[in-house]
This record gives sequence, C-alpha cells and structure tokens, in this order.
Amino acid sequence: MRFPAARIMLLCYGVYLLVPLYWLLSMALRTNADIVGAFTVVPLEPTLANFREIFTNPVWYEAFQNSLAYVAINTLLSLLVAIPAAYVFSRYRFLGDQQLFFWLLTNRMAPPAVFLLPFFQLYSSIGLFDTPVAVALAHCLFTVPLSVWILEGFFSAVPTELDEMAQLDGHRFGYFFLRIFLPINRGAIGVTLFFCFMFSWVELLLARTLTGATAKPIVVVMTRTVSASGLDWGVLAAAGVLTVLPGLVVVWFVRRDLVKGFALGRVS
Amino acid sequence: MSLHKPRNDRAWLGVLPVLLIVAFSAVIPLMTVVNYSVQDILDFNTRYFVGLQWYADTLRDPRFAEAFLRQVAFSFTVLAVEVPLGIMVAKGINRHSRLTPLVLILLAVPLLIPWNVVGTIWQMFARPDIGLLGVAVNALGIDYNYTAEPLHAWLTLVAMDVWHWTSLVALLAFAGLTAIPDAYYRAAELDGADKWQQFRYVELPRLRGVLVIAVLLRLMDSFMIYTEPLVLTGGGPGNTTTFLSQYLATMAVGQFDLGPAAAFSVIYFLIILLFCWLFYSGIRRDQVGTAPSGDDQHVPVEPGAPR
Repeated sequence: MRFPAARIMLLCYGVYLLVPLYWLLSMALRTNADIVGAFTVVPLEPTLANFREIFTNPVWYEAFQNSLAYVAINTLLSLLVAIPAAYVFSRYRFLGDQQLFFWLLTNRMAPPAVFLLPFFQLYSSIGLFDTPVAVALAHCLFTVPLSVWILEGFFSAVPTELDEMAQLDGHRFGYFFLRIFLPINRGAIGVTLFFCFMFSWVELLLARTLTGATAKPIVVVMTRTVSASGLDWGVLAAAGVLTVLPGLVVVWFVRRDLVKGFALGRVS
Repeated sequence: MSLHKPRNDRAWLGVLPVLLIVAFSAVIPLMTVVNYSVQDILDFNTRYFVGLQWYADTLRDPRFAEAFLRQVAFSFTVLAVEVPLGIMVAKGINRHSRLTPLVLILLAVPLLIPWNVVGTIWQMFARPDIGLLGVAVNALGIDYNYTAEPLHAWLTLVAMDVWHWTSLVALLAFAGLTAIPDAYYRAAELDGADKWQQFRYVELPRLRGVLVIAVLLRLMDSFMIYTEPLVLTGGGPGNTTTFLSQYLATMAVGQFDLGPAAAFSVIYFLIILLFCWLFYSGIRRDQVGTAPSGDDQHVPVEPGAPR
C-alpha cells in the first residue's frame, strides 16, 4: 500500500465507471412501460424480451453482422499492410523514412468530419458505396497509421541479432519472417488487432456516411431508433449491452499484452 | 534499439502497401477537399473559381468562432480533469496483485463501447425522468435538467467524456509506472523522500513519455468529438454544446455547402495540427533544457526520431 489516497481514488473511479453500465444493463432488462412508468433502481420484473427482439428482428441482427464484417475486413487489411511497413521502419533507414512516419501519424489527426464528402463521392464513384469494404477502407485512415506506430514500437524492441542469427543458420528471409519473427511478436499483433478492432468498432460518422440500406451497421440502426418517435429505451439499451460484448471478448484475449500496447510498445 | 540501423532504400518496398492504402483513403480525399475549398459549386457542371473567399468567410463567421471557443474550452476542461485523475487511478492499481488483469480489463471497457452507445448510456443515465443520475440529483433538491439548462448540459458532457476517456490516460500511465524498476523506489526511500517527492522526482519524469502520448491523443480526439454530444444533447440547448465537427457536418451533409464546408475542413485540420505541433515542440524544448542524462529509456515517442 504505497499510496492509500490513490487506492481510494481507484475505488471511487471504479464505482463511477460501473454505475452507468449497471444502469444500461438494468434498462435492458425492463419493458418500455416499466422504464417510463414508476422509477425504480432495480428492475422489478426483469425480462429478456428486449434481447429476444434483437435476435429475432433482421433489422437488428443483420446490422450486427454488417458491423462485424467491416471491422474484420479493416483489421485484417490494416495488419497485412502495417506488418511489413513496421518491420522495415524498425530495421532500416531509407530515403524519407522519418518524414514518412510523421506524415502517417498526421492522418491520425485528421477529423473524420473533414472526409465525409470526399469519401462519399469517392466510394460512390467506384461502386463501393453501401458495402462493408467501403467502411473498412475508410477506417484504414486511422487504423493503419496506428497499427504501424504500435507494431514499430514492439518490433524495435526485438534485437536485430535475431535476424542475423536466422541468416547465419541459412534460413531464407520468408521463413525467418513468417516462422520466427511473427510468432515471437504474437503479443504485439494481438494488441494491434485489439486497437484496430476498437477504433473501427466504435466509429459512427464515417460508417453512417458510407452505408445506405443494405450495409447499415449497428451503430447507425441505434441512432435511427433514437431519432424515431416512440423511442423504445429497453431495446436500445439491450442493443447497447450487446455492442459492449465483442470488445470484452477481444480484450480478454490480449489482457497480458494490453499494458504494453497502451504504451504503444515503447515501454519495455 | 540500435541507433545505427543499416541504410537500405529497398525498404521502400515494405512501406509501399501502407502508402497505397493511405494515399487512397487520405490523400485523394484531402486533395478533393482542397480543390472544393477554392470553388463555388452550384452543381457538378457549374463551378467558379473563387480563390480564398470561403476561407475568409469561414474565419469571419461568428458561429465558427463560437464553435471554436466552445471546442477549446471543452478540450481544456476534459484534459485538466482526465490527466491528473488518470495518473491517480494508475497509481492506485497494485502492480503485483492477481486481480490486476481484471482491473485493467474493467478500465478498458469504456474505450470499447461504440461512441454513440456512450452517448446513449449517458442519455439514459442523466435524464431527469428515467435516469438514475438525473433522478438522484433532483432528489437532492437540485433542479437538474441537461436538456434545458446549458450549464447542466456542459457538466453532463464533461462527466461523460471523463467516464469515457480517463481510462486511456490511466492505462498509459500504468504502463509507464510498471516500467520503473523497484530499485528507484528503494533509492528514494533511502534518501528519505516523502510520497509527494517520490512522485515528483522519481515517477513523474519517467512518465513523461506516456503522458505526452496521452495528452496528444486526448487533445486530438477531444477536438474532433462529434458522436457523443450529438446523441446526448444534439448540440443543444440552443447551440451551447455544438462543437466544430457537428457544425461542419451540418454544413457539409445537411446543407450541402461544398465550398464553405471544404474551406472549414482545411482550417479545422490545420488548427489540430498546429495545437499538436505547439504542444509537442513545447515538450521537446522543455526536455532539451532539463533532461539530466541519457539514461532515460523511454523518451517520448517521437514520430520519426532515431529509433
């Protein structure tokens, strides 16, 4: 107990974190009549009707599938392009490398609102509008720079002696990279996957602009529900609870490397 | 981390895929925006070159100035709360407990919730008729209603942002703290340092790197905030919580004013770049002035620095 005041702070913050989440869950377990009726802290007649509605209504469950589709495409694509780039950034100097690295990061600073119109026109003109691929590509705007940034930090911490040893042992580069280097950096890749997932899953503005009726993601369906009259709070809360779950699954798998990931691989 | 990396221009092949994808998703759209920003576009076949007129108009637009000031006030408020609070929370996490992974996962939860859901959660939580917070505050005798009272809307937004993002600062700070060897603490103890001195002279200097990342990320992201206020307050009451992104989105998609919206976008992007650059170079100068030695393993992440 080095710092009891900080410990108390952590506890208070934990409560602050959990209470709104508790409220979301408790709303999800009530009927709309209960919610707008008498106020109670604990749901008196808990019901799973709201969740049943989501799993049986195609508008809801297809929206979940759409979201998962573009998040998966985005994550795969980001990793595929970021891994080789991060490797060469960590191993070599080359013409313009520093400028390139900084330029990549400036893309992370661009407000997505800036890109609304050009994205809409660009993806419409190449026939990708209203597909998961369009959203996945658009999200690359911030997931790719972030992935390069995180992976470069992790890769730089791997001693170059490893590369040299593999060469001395007569392994070809492809073998070394795929069978030795990448397996060693499992944790780094997991953490990067987590960050790509996180930023693609939570984004609304671009996802809304680039989808119409068929590829509509869950976050958009939820805001449509908000704007419609006769708001169904219970179903909305249930959908909210379900959007939290995929994140929990992903974070569970990377829990060991999470802290390093948050320091972007820089803290050894 | 070797400072003497071999030079190899074939390494460009490795970054080529990244370049292509970022060129597609950033450079082309950005060029489009710059192109629009100097034209008056009546429809796609009738356009006139207007030079810098839209830029001048945007800078003179009082609603832009108001949204900008609100944005600055909001960003600085949330940074002033989240950074110290995040450090405190991180210091409260026991490094060696078996429960630590669970605490970290719990902290990560708000970061994984879609931003509109964050807005929805706080809407349900704070509404004076059905929300736990709203009902509780009103039961204390305070006439709280964030949909009608600008001050309440602001406080609710700040509370929401603190709830949403303090974890990021806390996780970064915790990562920095775990990298400090126990020997440093023992040395500080031998020197008779009290808790505050230990924090000020042992921990804080070694947290500098992660704190720079935390402040930069929070600065950028809070300056781009869109979804959460849109869902929670819709920019109201009146325009009192309309920030830059929302004003821009209304202009671009709502009214379809291509030229002015594009000029707005360019100015907006440059403001963010400027803030980050000012902050970043301020930190660097400060460091050159005071950094005592080269033993600091985790100097601030420096994009493009010798790695």
